[in-house]
Amino acid sequence: MSRFGRIAFVGCAMSLVQMTITSEPQAAVEPVGASERRARWVQPVIGLLLPVGLAVLWEVIVRMGLASGRLVPPPSVIFNTFLELAQAGELQRHVLVTTGRVAAGFGIGVVAGTLVGAITGYSSLTRRLLDPTLQALRAIPSIAWVPIFILWFGIFETSKITLIAAGVFFPVYLGVMGAIRSVDRKLVEVGRIFRLSDFAMVRRILLPAVLPAYIIAVRSGLGLGWMFVVAAELLGASEGLGYLLIDGQQLGKPAQIVAAIVAFAIIGKLTDWIVVIATAPLLRWEDRFARAEEG
Amino acid sequence: MLSLDRVGKTYPNGVRALDGVTLDVELGEIVAVVGGSGCGKSTLLRAVSGLDRPTQGSVKLDGDTILEPHEQIGVIFQEPRLLPWLSVADNVGFGLADRPKEERDARVANALARVGLSEKAGVWPRELSGGQAQRVAIARALVTRPRVLLLDEPFSALDAFTRADLQDQLLGLWADQKPTLIHVTHDVDEAIVLGDRVIVMRPRPGRVADEIEIDLPRPRDRQSAAFDFAKRRVLAALDRSLDRTVSVDERETKTAAGQAMWW
Repeated sequence: MSRFGRIAFVGCAMSLVQMTITSEPQAAVEPVGASERRARWVQPVIGLLLPVGLAVLWEVIVRMGLASGRLVPPPSVIFNTFLELAQAGELQRHVLVTTGRVAAGFGIGVVAGTLVGAITGYSSLTRRLLDPTLQALRAIPSIAWVPIFILWFGIFETSKITLIAAGVFFPVYLGVMGAIRSVDRKLVEVGRIFRLSDFAMVRRILLPAVLPAYIIAVRSGLGLGWMFVVAAELLGASEGLGYLLIDGQQLGKPAQIVAAIVAFAIIGKLTDWIVVIATAPLLRWEDRFARAEEG
Repeated sequence: MLSLDRVGKTYPNGVRALDGVTLDVELGEIVAVVGGSGCGKSTLLRAVSGLDRPTQGSVKLDGDTILEPHEQIGVIFQEPRLLPWLSVADNVGFGLADRPKEERDARVANALARVGLSEKAGVWPRELSGGQAQRVAIARALVTRPRVLLLDEPFSALDAFTRADLQDQLLGLWADQKPTLIHVTHDVDEAIVLGDRVIVMRPRPGRVADEIEIDLPRPRDRQSAAFDFAKRRVLAALDRSLDRTVSVDERETKTAAGQAMWW
């Protein structure tokens, strides 16, 4: 298998996961005003017309024997492959392995990004010291790290989790630092007028003020975590959804590749949705704002 | 007593925003400060509030030099500056965090009742109109019972009707607690409705140009001849402060300053 082919697949899978994660970011907390309800159902349906139409068309073309569908399997074949993998327990095993890697890397990346971002956001000395280096590291394409991480941490879990953690770290770091630096001076002055201590200022003004931006940073971190797990698994894994992609390529099973991509899309969207649902109560004041505006 | 002694402020870039402002304000007095833009009105309030330190002179409250925010000095800003993540009631109770819950709840409820917003206690700030939000800000500043309340053009973003309404409400609240008010405004009518004295400031650098006693009984009738007379005196003083060559007949209704202020 050529390296070029691998990279092309990485790109494909990445953009698909990213697209599904970033689209409709507020879907789960959208308002349900009376007039909104219809639009809420009609709009996604319009969006579905093109992909469903193409899928049905391709299915019909293959069924009629106008094309073999060997390299581009029709939807029914993909669905069957998906079912077969699930019935054999294969799909669940690979999904669990991949999700575990993302969870570990995501956890490390979020904690590190939050701490470093908070410190550099508060202290301009630390920011001048660290930020240029971190920005330079951020500019390096993720895949470039893989060979050196494998040399440093071996080909097993450590190098993969490190790669994912590095991917998650940067958006979280940038989001937290930027958010803290851009907290409205006017609100900080309210805290000063009421003579808050440093700790109270952080707890009662700065922390709540950065929360919305922080959650967005965590979500983009999660999106990158899913991208980087694909990169990590494509380059040497015996388990995981990325392995299913490579296995499908090497054994000439395009349906398995597409099934793995679909699985990525589903769990990527699912985990993002979990973050949104879990943090929604913290942002009710923002959500209510949207409701008041549209209702 | 609140005393300003030759208060001056020069910014690091060399701009002199304020120069030698001396002012004594008695407890319970209402002082309105008017002046064209750039005359240091806001700078003056920031020095009195302790948010910024003056570079010359000093501000003293009963002998204590004010270098940072003081618990007896409350501020109402031009914008309500409510914390969007707190309900209206929690915003009002923001400065009472160290009090027992029952006391805090009672005082918040009382303060909200007095600004006529009891039914809004549970809503988010984003759901309020501009006038309502500023009333919540007033309740938040008054609930800690400060002895001095500084107001920095608090009604300037509101429509004329709401503005007059809030001026009357502010006077009602003032009558309850009798705090010292320093009210910065660019609205001459507002200065005369509220102030025992109107301080007229002149720009570059900001100085006190004139001081006009408003010796009218409250509530003041905005349509009365005495009100109109006071207004002309203030407008004439504003003209002089801006070095307008127009020789203003203090009985004339329209003055250059009046037009400049409203434009």
